[in-house]
Amino acid sequence: MSKDIKIKKGLTIKLKGEAQKTLSSAPRSRTFAIRPSDFHLVIPKMVVREGGKVHSGDTIFYSKSNELLKFVSPVSGTLTKIDRGAKRVIKEITIEADAQDTFRDFDILSPNSSSAEAIKARLLESGCWPFIMQRPYAVIADTEQEPRDIFVSAHNTAPLANDLDFSLNGKEKELQAAVTALSKLTKGQVHVGVGKDGTSPFKGLKDISLHNISGPHPAGNVGTQINKIAPVNKGEIVWTIAPQDLVIIGELLLTGKFNPERIIALAGSEVKTPKYYRTRIGSEAATFLYDSGIKDENVRVISGDVLTGKKISPKGHLGYYSNTVTVIPEGDDYELFGWNKPVFDKISTSRALTFSWLTPNKKYDLDTNTNGEHRAFVVTGGYEEVFPLDMYPLQMLKACMVKDLDAMEVLGMYEVAPEDFSLTEFVCVSKQPHQQIIRNGLDLMYKEIG
Amino acid sequence: MGLKQNLHNLKEKYKGTKMAPAFNALHTFLYTPNETTHSGSHVRVVDDLKRTMNTVIMALVPCLIFGIFNAGYQHYAAIDASLRLDPLANFFTWDNFILGAWTVIPLVLVSYGVGLLVEFIFAVIKGHEVEEGYLVTGMLVPLIVPVDIPLWMLSVAVIFGVVIGKEVFGGTGMNILNPALTIRAFLFFAYPTWMSGDKVWVHGAKEMASQPDAISGETILGSLAQNHDYAYSIWDMFWGFIPGSVGETSTFLILLGGLFLIFTKVGSWRIMLSSVIGAIVMGLIFNFAADAGWIKESSNFYGLMSEPFWHHLILGGLAFGIVYMATDPVTASQTNKGKWIYGFFIGFISILIRVFNPAYPEGVMLAILLMNVFAPTIDHYVLQGNIKRRLKRLKAKTA
Repeated sequence: MSKDIKIKKGLTIKLKGEAQKTLSSAPRSRTFAIRPSDFHLVIPKMVVREGGKVHSGDTIFYSKSNELLKFVSPVSGTLTKIDRGAKRVIKEITIEADAQDTFRDFDILSPNSSSAEAIKARLLESGCWPFIMQRPYAVIADTEQEPRDIFVSAHNTAPLANDLDFSLNGKEKELQAAVTALSKLTKGQVHVGVGKDGTSPFKGLKDISLHNISGPHPAGNVGTQINKIAPVNKGEIVWTIAPQDLVIIGELLLTGKFNPERIIALAGSEVKTPKYYRTRIGSEAATFLYDSGIKDENVRVISGDVLTGKKISPKGHLGYYSNTVTVIPEGDDYELFGWNKPVFDKISTSRALTFSWLTPNKKYDLDTNTNGEHRAFVVTGGYEEVFPLDMYPLQMLKACMVKDLDAMEVLGMYEVAPEDFSLTEFVCVSKQPHQQIIRNGLDLMYKEIG
Repeated sequence: MGLKQNLHNLKEKYKGTKMAPAFNALHTFLYTPNETTHSGSHVRVVDDLKRTMNTVIMALVPCLIFGIFNAGYQHYAAIDASLRLDPLANFFTWDNFILGAWTVIPLVLVSYGVGLLVEFIFAVIKGHEVEEGYLVTGMLVPLIVPVDIPLWMLSVAVIFGVVIGKEVFGGTGMNILNPALTIRAFLFFAYPTWMSGDKVWVHGAKEMASQPDAISGETILGSLAQNHDYAYSIWDMFWGFIPGSVGETSTFLILLGGLFLIFTKVGSWRIMLSSVIGAIVMGLIFNFAADAGWIKESSNFYGLMSEPFWHHLILGGLAFGIVYMATDPVTASQTNKGKWIYGFFIGFISILIRVFNPAYPEGVMLAILLMNVFAPTIDHYVLQGNIKRRLKRLKAKTA
């Protein structure tokens, strides 16, 4: 049984440099890195010291607040460096890779015949648990609590995003194993959203509840789909998990190996030949960046898509959750009379001498300039046009800014993640950091209530 | 690019000093800054607050130019009434323009000069950037005052409006009342003789009042409030060849400005439409009361009550207020549903005040200020709807 969900509000941002649907293998990375900042609110407790040897799947650290929550090495090699910042916070853990991967051997676990406890224990032990995120609070799932439902979005509508129909192609076996296993961890359902007209490998799978999604971005955001399928109420927990991570979980169950392979889309207007690469979590971005070629020196390399990704250096490493790397021009230049001249080459949601409404199908080459200064909230009504959730985004942002926990709670903070506010941030005339505001609000709630 | 580099060097030099906000205000006026995104969305839309405000100013420019001509025209037409026989031929003349510019441009200069000075001082003291809100306020103010208002009076009002109306709340985006209307309200209550009556709407009327060839320049609302007839045709009123505040007379140009704001998505069509509906509803109620004979012709209110309801839309400052001031996003309701309610009451109360308060026949200013105060309350109840829906969902679940 599949149901149709049609999103009306939103905005699909069309950018230049979409990844061609050809898959290459990136050269093997010499070093791999794990950044604990990818795991929000997790304080790592190291297991392996500098100089220690690890196999792929060996625990390198666990969460200080929960010993069960383990994080494993994506590769076999030698842990060479633990980079610490102020107050000895671990910023990055670098592993020098062996020439050939050796895997820690987890046993094969049949998803069909195993119990929920066995599956859960395996996910925790193998370091696959951090792939599971929970709402409320948009953090790694609580290991104690059972989710009401599990949501997977296999439809990506973000700008220049990884086309999951392409990158998940041929992974039906792994996906089936993973969803079957996960379906045992909840009394509810595993809801999977797929593109209405797509050829998603999920379309033939069992143990899931399939939803056909259509409409502009953020239709593909899992938060949008949760809100339309079965919104999170106070006291409930749902899990979200990205489909490319399901593949890793599936492979672990079927083969007993933690093999964190990623098929990433390398995209963006500054990439010479944007296409898909087969690589691993934590690889050096340079391995595929320079294989494809970068047009200019002054670029922003983003691990993730342009709306939610993290800035990395061209010599940096792929983020833990990213399945896209985007390279766009830096916008650190002044523009003469940028505030009043007619604009044809940038996107606008208004028509105030901006003409992107004339060419809805044009692809744009946007840079990282904010196009204006940070201001207090002034303009109203613009966010609602790109925000399909049944909530009041401006009022939520204001509630977060003034730390009004009661208002945050009743306005729907339990249902959202920062990424749900990426489009409102994109269209914000006052250039407010919406995602950061929501993140801070969620953290405050987590601390005070959660 | 010598200038760009030099300005950049200066910006670095002033960074962190008291003068930085003042310098940046001028710098960003020339160049969009080189600021880049750091987290969250790495790309942003091109619209910023400057562009938004600039769009409103563009929508106001036709009203200003028309107001300049009208200031001259009303003066000469008051002396020589034959000019009114063919307004179109006698309106766009050099004489009108020169006299009009001579009286109106100083208002614009004083409004911007004093207002921006106050903004700069606050920005330097508080160490925040100079915000763009006053760019629109400064343009609105000269358009909503009588043409002969003394410049010192305007200066005092502008200082009051910017400081008490806006800066004490924390600047643009934080204020409760529309600053331009705060300024006008201050003038209205502090200097009532300059702000109403039949001697202030036409340039020179006050000086000549004691002379034998005194000119009278009563507004239509003023006439109606005294149950007098007025000598202007509907088309005069629509095009704007009538006495009134500087920029508010031409309904035609305001209509164009309103359509421009709606088209550019800068002004809220919800507020504009619902305000018009509100005004029409109240007008119809009064028309009905007058037709039903509940109000005697001798009543003070008869003149305004029996005026056909749709005339109200082209009379006085209603159209101007609805298009340019009710839509101020900071002081209006911020939810879409709230905007309907907010707008409706602005139109409704404007006509109510206009009819029942003949001493001050301009109701739109007070109606908007009143609804500014109620806007957060309206939003509160709109939000409650959403909150209740969420709670109900939870109850259905746990029940």
